[in-house]
Amino acid sequence: MYKIKVEKRLEIPRYFPVLIPLFSITISLILMGITIWATTGKFSNALEAYKEMFSWPFIPEYGLSDTIQKMIPLMLTGLGLTIVFRMRIWNIGAEGQLYLGAMATTWGALFFLKDFQSPLVVPILLILGTMAGALWGAIPGVLKAFLNLDEIVATLMLNYIAYYWVNYLIYGPWKDPHGYNFPLTAMFPEHTWLPNMGDTGIHLGIFIAFGMVVIVYILMNKTRWGFDLKVIGDNEKAAKYAGINTKKNIIFAMMLSGALAGLAGAIQMLGVQHRLQHGFSPGYGYTGIIIAWLSRLNPWATILVSFLFGGLIVGSEQLQIIMRIPISLINALQGIILFSLLASETIFRYRIRIVKR
Amino acid sequence: MGPLLVMKNIVKRFPGTLALNKVNFDLFEGEVHALLGENGAGKTTLMNILYGLYRMDEGEIFYRGKKVKIHSPSQALTLGIGMVQQHFTLVPSFTVAENIMLNARKFEKNVSDVIDRIKKISEEYELRIDPNARIWQMSVGERQRVEILKLLYMKAKAVILDEPTAVLTPQETRALFRAIRLMTKNGAGVIFISHKLKEVIEISDRVTVLKNGEVVGTLKRGEYDEKKLARMMVGRNVVFRIEKKPANLGREVLRVEDVKALNDKGFTALNGINLEVREGEILGVAGVAGNGQRELAEVITGLREVSSGRIIFYDKDITRESVSKRISLGISYIPQDRKEIATCPNLSVAENLFLKGKRRVFWFDKRKILDTVKTLIEKYSIITPDPLQPVKLLSGGNIQKVVVAREFELHPKLIIAEHPTRGLDIASMEFVYRSLLEARNRGVAILLLAGDLDEIFTLSDRVVVIYEGRIVGEVEPDPSNLEKIGLMMAGVADV
Repeated sequence: MYKIKVEKRLEIPRYFPVLIPLFSITISLILMGITIWATTGKFSNALEAYKEMFSWPFIPEYGLSDTIQKMIPLMLTGLGLTIVFRMRIWNIGAEGQLYLGAMATTWGALFFLKDFQSPLVVPILLILGTMAGALWGAIPGVLKAFLNLDEIVATLMLNYIAYYWVNYLIYGPWKDPHGYNFPLTAMFPEHTWLPNMGDTGIHLGIFIAFGMVVIVYILMNKTRWGFDLKVIGDNEKAAKYAGINTKKNIIFAMMLSGALAGLAGAIQMLGVQHRLQHGFSPGYGYTGIIIAWLSRLNPWATILVSFLFGGLIVGSEQLQIIMRIPISLINALQGIILFSLLASETIFRYRIRIVKR
Repeated sequence: MGPLLVMKNIVKRFPGTLALNKVNFDLFEGEVHALLGENGAGKTTLMNILYGLYRMDEGEIFYRGKKVKIHSPSQALTLGIGMVQQHFTLVPSFTVAENIMLNARKFEKNVSDVIDRIKKISEEYELRIDPNARIWQMSVGERQRVEILKLLYMKAKAVILDEPTAVLTPQETRALFRAIRLMTKNGAGVIFISHKLKEVIEISDRVTVLKNGEVVGTLKRGEYDEKKLARMMVGRNVVFRIEKKPANLGREVLRVEDVKALNDKGFTALNGINLEVREGEILGVAGVAGNGQRELAEVITGLREVSSGRIIFYDKDITRESVSKRISLGISYIPQDRKEIATCPNLSVAENLFLKGKRRVFWFDKRKILDTVKTLIEKYSIITPDPLQPVKLLSGGNIQKVVVAREFELHPKLIIAEHPTRGLDIASMEFVYRSLLEARNRGVAILLLAGDLDEIFTLSDRVVVIYEGRIVGEVEPDPSNLEKIGLMMAGVADV
């Protein structure tokens, strides 16, 4: 008589951190293929879709610069979330923080520093956006630290506030008078733009993003402060016992997380859009959550993961154009990836044994 | 007539410990049978087995003479066994009547019938409650009444009450005791779990004392008094003796002046406590768990705010200082919960040893830390395959060694040790004892908070007794004073 026994693994093998994300992406791509096959009725369509997804976004003459452009905000939001997720603070407000960063930068570029001709203008605008994001992160941080308010609800709600503020501004006071009534602001003056690298179509924001990876890595892994955050994340009681000021650190980490999302918004404005417009973010802040998870909260891994996800976004836009696959299907795919990631995290923690009774 | 229920040779193992070792327990109709013992003695474990929450590893349970297997609380309830757990199981947004119906798993069409029945029962047992009130609006005492009504509504014949008085005011306790007496008058058997001697003596017909998962004895009313029970509870089995040099006293290190503080539930935990510890001295604080020991440790380390009074450290008022400031002044703390408070389970042994490392250091030099850590692992003979192993994978004794190593390496002037050897094997225990004594001989002041009198006698130079958040007396650490201490611990004032 044999019996199937499910038991917890005592040790997690070293290759798991790589295996699990790969496994879950594969699973979700298979699920996506099945969905396309089912909705279009042709199996060849699914294969065609795979081909497009894997080629277009990564070929230099076609989609590569687009992919890198999309990678930058993903990397920054993902990095910011890495910081707070390590503390087990669930900031899902990167989208709102990004919106607020974009808003502050727009205000600076269109009004505050409109006539300020100086090489300093771009850095100042970036800092403006960063600070706005930090402020937007600080609010739920303070509420959590002092009132123990759930950060998930607070950050989610603040996303809507930021979103509708931006909408109000671009439909109302900031609307471009020459914009044929479209919901967007006027173009920023050219001296506020982040320069491109030659004619690659890739702007300098990529270096800022890489710089942030290094800074976050050092902060998290090489400083006392990063260690404190780790302690708070693992056992808040132990943190208090060890004399770590948990309140201050929660607020600070939330600010930093918001700052990186705000920076993403600012870079997006100055490097890509050059104007604030409706729906400028295809959910960078939310995708950042997936980026942080797939990178297993490792700053270096966010580079690769956000590159792949940038490709996923570009590829899906391509699918939309060529194969007329609705964008909502792509959103569904992202959801499936996160879902299978979380599921495989749990499943791999167990092993199945067949034992003789 | 035979007993209502019998538990025979119950054995329960948890990973690494033997929680219950061949425990026998029985209950007759119409009696209150108290289960007395220290925290961690196995009282709740035994009752969770009876109520179907845990499975026993060995043993048998008989209900009305028939052997039964209880797999779940609902099965226990069908048999007639009900339990009021320490953490209530009520739906806050439901009314009393709805909660009671939910528990009975019978949804009556006619709710007013149910309400009438609840009213009748609550009058009969003098447990006043409005059946239409919602749980979230009620006090803890009222919620407990609902829990009891749930069981009475189900006509439970054996009622288990797990530490029911821990959350009650004295008035509520009196009302509870009245209800218990009415229950036994109507033929129910009540199992009363407590570590408070006075209450046990007041309410019980029989008492079974548990210690370290074993039955010390079962006594009938009249066969016991406070002295005897206190003695059975704290026990006396000195396993080893450690040589102790006479104390070499120095300056006063810590003075606690008339400190009052609340516990987590908002009740008074420290009620004007006074004590002082000097260099080179171990002050033992004896007391039954839950009389303010934890809160005392927490106010000294800064983890809990005082509501009044002062804490003086080397003539300096530190009452309002932060935790990290007190650590840097030289106050070390070995808490009783090594897994919940003293360590981060998923962080490595190395990181846990570094947990209280200097706050001002900005750079986190992994290699240097690892070097220090390796010497510490050797010095304190911590058994771990790798310094980078998560600390939760270590045995209890080795986790405690990590804590002790860290706290001792801060070069403290004061060590607060709270149950420092709970759950440790003899070897680790001896290690902790020796470490504490060595620190004392070096001139460190030590405040030892322990329920185990053997430990107190082995280590202390002076012993004070804590009861209901106050120091009720001081005695010589001499085994001949055992009974005296036992009575003081039980709150019998005049000794």
